[in-house]
Amino acid sequence: MGWFDKLTRPRRDTPSDLWKKCPACNETLLIKDLAKNLYLCSKCDHHLRMPLWDRIALLTDDNSFVEIDHDMKSVDPLNFVDSKPYPERMVEAIKKTDVNEAVATGRATLSGRKVFLGVMNFDFMGGSMGSVVGEKLTKILELGAQEKSPVIIVSASGGARMQEGIFSLMQMAKTSAAVKRLNQAAVPFVSIMTDPTTGGVSASFASLGDVNIAEPGALIGFAGPRVIEQTIRQKLPEGFQRSKFLLEHGMLDCVIHRRVMKNTVARILRLLLA
Amino acid sequence: MAKDFEFEKSIIELEARIKELQAISETGKVDLSREIRAITEKVDALKNDVYGNLDPWQITQVARHINRPSTLDLIKHLCGEEFVELHGDRLFGDDPAIVSGIGRIGEQRVMIIGHQKGHDTEENIYRNFGMPHPEGYRKALRMMRTAERFGLPIIAFIDTPGAFPGIGAEERGQSDAIARNLAEMSGIRVPILCFVTGEGGSGGALAIGVGDRVFMFEFSVYSVITAEGCAAILWNDPAKTKEAAIALKLRASNLLEAGIIDGILPEPIGGAHRNHQMAADEIKKQIEKHLPSLLAMNADKLLDERYKKFRGMGRFTREEELEHA
Repeated sequence: MGWFDKLTRPRRDTPSDLWKKCPACNETLLIKDLAKNLYLCSKCDHHLRMPLWDRIALLTDDNSFVEIDHDMKSVDPLNFVDSKPYPERMVEAIKKTDVNEAVATGRATLSGRKVFLGVMNFDFMGGSMGSVVGEKLTKILELGAQEKSPVIIVSASGGARMQEGIFSLMQMAKTSAAVKRLNQAAVPFVSIMTDPTTGGVSASFASLGDVNIAEPGALIGFAGPRVIEQTIRQKLPEGFQRSKFLLEHGMLDCVIHRRVMKNTVARILRLLLA
Repeated sequence: MAKDFEFEKSIIELEARIKELQAISETGKVDLSREIRAITEKVDALKNDVYGNLDPWQITQVARHINRPSTLDLIKHLCGEEFVELHGDRLFGDDPAIVSGIGRIGEQRVMIIGHQKGHDTEENIYRNFGMPHPEGYRKALRMMRTAERFGLPIIAFIDTPGAFPGIGAEERGQSDAIARNLAEMSGIRVPILCFVTGEGGSGGALAIGVGDRVFMFEFSVYSVITAEGCAAILWNDPAKTKEAAIALKLRASNLLEAGIIDGILPEPIGGAHRNHQMAADEIKKQIEKHLPSLLAMNADKLLDERYKKFRGMGRFTREEELEHA
């Protein structure tokens, strides 16, 4: 079993799939209510992970999102087998999420402005970046530069997809170079980091926004906390690698509540571009 | 880490035997040249056999050999006295896990940047086992900008288990430092040649690895995660390191086949740790072969080709193509 299974498998300590426990305050929440409340805990306001299509709806004008490259699919360039062959894992992930890959990209309008949007899907193999994720994101960054439309990417990822080996690693170089070209075209890139944004995603395009935004309480970092604890053999302090920590260390421009995310992004674009 | 590997034990024993016989020969009392020749032939055959058939995990061990030529060793052989090490990122500190400086290789002035491991425990602690902090990557970027200003091509030596996972590294923005280098290297207007000399460990390696040409030594490795890390995460079992090393396809020949690197540099039999000069000579050969055409290229074209090189990396398909297949 892979780490993404462990991270994404629904917790079975609640009696049914109708309920979810808030990871922060342990409050039992009805999934039906959660969906209506933008996946915010009604008791402590914790930002739970948000499903892909809810996220797209949150950030775009009604029905404006037109997906591109939705038919793009991963192959198995390494013939990778751990406890399970990679193609089998892919089939399971597609079945579970009803999408082909760990990112959805497309055109949309945000408060009337044309934008390109990429939203990573943590439910799909931990949001890991393989060739398809890298390609789709590079594509919208390039389209953004060509059409002078701002690019917004919402990250939720454990990092590179190990099953695609060196090809995954190279997606970091590819996406980062595409951000550089977008910079040169003076087209804004807004990077929104959600829980979690780590590893090869954090260490490439996600950190390169003209404006880096995080949701409250998101885990963001290069190395995962467990790896750090094993390396330095000590417990990490409370709040380490959470949004507030990153803001205090100068890695983020702002931490923005989900309810005002769309308006904030719209305001930023308005102020950068008039 | 042990200096000798299990798989080369018999070679080392025979080599010791040759030395003994030579010592006896030198006393002049008996002529052992025939015996020595016979054992030497046997050792050579054995070496060809052993080193010609290393599995990916054994290659990883050779790539990590404590006497593997380090960046400073290579600089010594390539530049001699004509090198000045330059320190510091001008922001926080100087990271001993990355060394850099200006030098001359033959007639060519260059900027050299590389990960730096140690040859013993004390030195390795000082060098943090070649695992950089953000200030190391920011120093590297500062050097690249200096190189760009003075028209010096950049030579990068990659040899790291990965960027350091620690509290200070996170506080100072390890992700930002790596990401920034990836983006900026794609736009540095001088030729960049990269050589994976030992271990190419993930983003920490790639952060100085976005080059116009990328080469690997025969017994070096380059992968998205270490075999140990991969075994721990995907197999949930650290004992599966060898399986992970195989699955990751991290050998130079795998990367050449995948179109990720441009060439493989041969190593002396047994590995580059046995002959640093030869390793340096192989690097010099590639520099002399590839640099003139890159230097002659218009900078915009150079950057376009660098962009396309990495742009093209990745394998995927479309649903429609699958249905027609």
